[in-house]
Amino acid sequence: MTATAPPQEALRIEGVHKAFGSFVALKSIDLAIHPGELVCFLGPSGCGKTTLLRIIAGLEQQTAGRIVQNGRDVSAAPPAARDYGIVFQSYALFPNLTIRDNIAYGLVNRRKGRDAIEARVKELLTLVGLPDAGPKFPAQMSGGQQQRVALARALATAPSLLLLDEPLSALDAKERDRLRGEIRHLQRRLKVTTIMVTHDQEEALSMADRVVVMNHGVIEQIGTPLEVYEQPTTPFVADFLGKVNVLKATCMGSGRYKVGTVEVATGMNGRIVGDAVRLYLRPEDRVLADSGPVEAMPNALSGLVRHVDFLGTYCLASLDVDGFEGQRMLVYFSLNQTHQLGVKEGARVAFALRGDRVRVFAA
Amino acid sequence: MNTLAATAGDVAPRRIALAGEALAARGGLVLLACGLFVFLAAPLAAIFVRAVEDKSGAFVGLANFATYFASPAFSRSAGNTLAFAGLTTFLTVPLAFAFAYAIQRSCIPVKWLWRNIALIPILAPSLLAALSFIYLFGNQGWLKAVLPWFGLTTIYGLPGMVLAMTFSAFPHAVMIMFAALSLSDARLYEAADSMATSEWRKFVTITLPGARYGLISAAMVVFTMAVSEFGVPKVIGANYSVLAIDIYKQVIGQQNFQIGAVVGLILLVPALVAFVIDHAVRARQKALLSARSVAYEARPAPMRDRLLLAFVLLMSAAMLLVIGMAVFGSFVKVWPYNLSFTLNHYTYGFEEAGVEHAYWNSLIVAGWCALFGAAITFAGAYWMEKTRGLNTLRPVVQLMAMMPMAVPGMVLGIGYILFFNYPANPLNFLYGTMAILVLSTVIHFYSSSHLTAVTALKQLDNEFEAVSASLKVPFYKTFWRVTVPVCLPSIIDISRYYFVNAMTTISAVVFLYSPKTMLASISIVQLDEAGAIGSAAAMATLIVVSSGVVTLLSFVAEGWLMRRTQRWRRAAPTR
Repeated sequence: MTATAPPQEALRIEGVHKAFGSFVALKSIDLAIHPGELVCFLGPSGCGKTTLLRIIAGLEQQTAGRIVQNGRDVSAAPPAARDYGIVFQSYALFPNLTIRDNIAYGLVNRRKGRDAIEARVKELLTLVGLPDAGPKFPAQMSGGQQQRVALARALATAPSLLLLDEPLSALDAKERDRLRGEIRHLQRRLKVTTIMVTHDQEEALSMADRVVVMNHGVIEQIGTPLEVYEQPTTPFVADFLGKVNVLKATCMGSGRYKVGTVEVATGMNGRIVGDAVRLYLRPEDRVLADSGPVEAMPNALSGLVRHVDFLGTYCLASLDVDGFEGQRMLVYFSLNQTHQLGVKEGARVAFALRGDRVRVFAA
Repeated sequence: MNTLAATAGDVAPRRIALAGEALAARGGLVLLACGLFVFLAAPLAAIFVRAVEDKSGAFVGLANFATYFASPAFSRSAGNTLAFAGLTTFLTVPLAFAFAYAIQRSCIPVKWLWRNIALIPILAPSLLAALSFIYLFGNQGWLKAVLPWFGLTTIYGLPGMVLAMTFSAFPHAVMIMFAALSLSDARLYEAADSMATSEWRKFVTITLPGARYGLISAAMVVFTMAVSEFGVPKVIGANYSVLAIDIYKQVIGQQNFQIGAVVGLILLVPALVAFVIDHAVRARQKALLSARSVAYEARPAPMRDRLLLAFVLLMSAAMLLVIGMAVFGSFVKVWPYNLSFTLNHYTYGFEEAGVEHAYWNSLIVAGWCALFGAAITFAGAYWMEKTRGLNTLRPVVQLMAMMPMAVPGMVLGIGYILFFNYPANPLNFLYGTMAILVLSTVIHFYSSSHLTAVTALKQLDNEFEAVSASLKVPFYKTFWRVTVPVCLPSIIDISRYYFVNAMTTISAVVFLYSPKTMLASISIVQLDEAGAIGSAAAMATLIVVSSGVVTLLSFVAEGWLMRRTQRWRRAAPTR
């Protein structure tokens, strides 16, 4: 058996710890980032994601731990001695310089000829879709345009690492959606290793190759967007990403758990019989009667619709499930299913739980 | 995609000059700390040391205090100083409030004009007002006959001091009141109207409480100014002794540095108390400010507007009269007997008193303060705000930067004599030079300038330095290319502030000038003592005109700058 060489790491974070006085912002963070991937640090405000980004950038000094970039230990290096471009939420464009001068800012002192600089600026402006913006000033542009310029400036010196600190948070919803796609497209095209900090789960799930979910200064889970969404390894991740039903249950052994008086079969073993647990189940993890009879399926349930929230494409129904003894449950219905199955307040519906999707955590 | 990768490769070689950059960032802060230490902390410490020494330098504990407290001079001067400062405060603050109320909360016409007239006294040394009141109400006064109407027999002494001081302190108080009355929530008034509240009740329950922090702050500022005022009591005070005069007599007259230091420390007490109160109050006002509110706009009310316009006209006329009286007096042969025009006071009068260089010296000192002071202050604020590292030093520098605001000029001046005149001090050579006048003036007015610079810098994006570092551009390049151009209007403001104050100030420098470095503001005292009131008025006029011209020039420069840079200063983006 031949050992395959491990993929080279663009960035390695080892045991990084950060304390501000008595407040611990980061607790022994370990993370490896591969060349060319887009990694999102996702978490609620105060989880330490921005601090971690600033430590990678050298803008904060870690209390302990190492940062290794492309095999070079940069743990103690000041920002200028590291190799990265950075984009901030506030754009941080120099207001008194034209767009051209902003983008050329880092190129000027590299002993490049004027022509080479002009060519590079033009190339970058085209790249971010603003070919004619050169002579304008930042104040003459919209937020989304300014953020594109900030991106061009950060990429101008062709850094091996791109850091994005909540780049879309200051933009309005439409611009945010558009720029989200553009950044992803650009990143794929240039294959530049990218770390993006965000508190917006939709942003993280739609853009990232891998998501690093953080909370209270620790990494809760690292995985692809699908992994962290479908197989959360901690209750926090399950709760933070998307909607989830949390049901009190007791372990009955061999993957079966009792909710109220009903037994639910899952693929999750490893609990001691009699343990009090919580079952985490997303509102969409159910089989409905529109695709055939559900009564004969495993985990078949029925319940009384107490309340329906109309959310556009979907409706979210709050159900009193028979046998759950008062534990309400949220279930998604597409608009079509809502009509077809007659989901409305006071109606009864039958459905089956997707036992394979249930996550079990200690109570 | 391939072309991009190729270009990326081309740009690769990175030149880093780290050690130098980090050194420049930290070195600047250390330099600033050293400067503030040598030119502020050390002189102040010298006062404390001297106060507990005898003439031979031996430690005597509080003996000097005991001596001074036991002297009849102390209780008289202390009481007089409190009376003078208290009366000035009680006269100035209500006038300033009423004036600001008329500007901010009524519909009187041409507000910009009244607003600017109210600020004119800033351009004049406080001595000018004293001279004008002598011209108007003095022994040969033009309006002397009205004094008995107010139960006064003479303008010399307390009445003249209070009036002159009120004139000088008025713009400082009125600026605070402008700000305090500008922030008010229109919705409070609308709510009151919906409940059919009377005008008077609205004034008492909404307007006054909203302005109360401003009132306290203005009172503290005026009180501190009056407590440490030297020029006004010297010129119009006659025998009414105050602490500031006592210091001068002890130090310059009797060379008694120990008692001088004691009086300096006593003078520091009310100033420090006022500073602490003012600071606490300002912090609260900020809390009021941060609430998002709808700006109040006055609606016409003919009766109120007419009364307020009459008041504003009266105040403006009084201020123009005071300024105009000194200017007029400087151009007439012998007030009030021979009113024919003459320039003698400006030429022969200066030469006779040996102060013909004083005005020129003042221009040089003020010019250096404007250039060097603004540069130091702005760079210092930049080092404080935008560099990192040396975290233990920062609070110390911050404290020292705010200290001059709490230290009366007279006290700073004493500290400078005690420290720089000390024979063993290697910086002794500075004593008696123009340099020490520039340095003491910059330090004296450092706090406000520092705050102006900090405010300007805080408006810049915090990440400029981070972005430049990521682009491998050293911070000082970004400082030149971005920070300075963006903050230039504020830098001009600081320059003007230093220039005008250097022209008009007297309190610190009165201890530090030599015959060769005599300044215009100090020469007024000397001319007045020599009985040359016409020349004293002439010198005061020169100061007002110079300050006025420089102020106008700075406005022109700022206007030009704003027009030139409006393309990037314009806030609204094209959507």
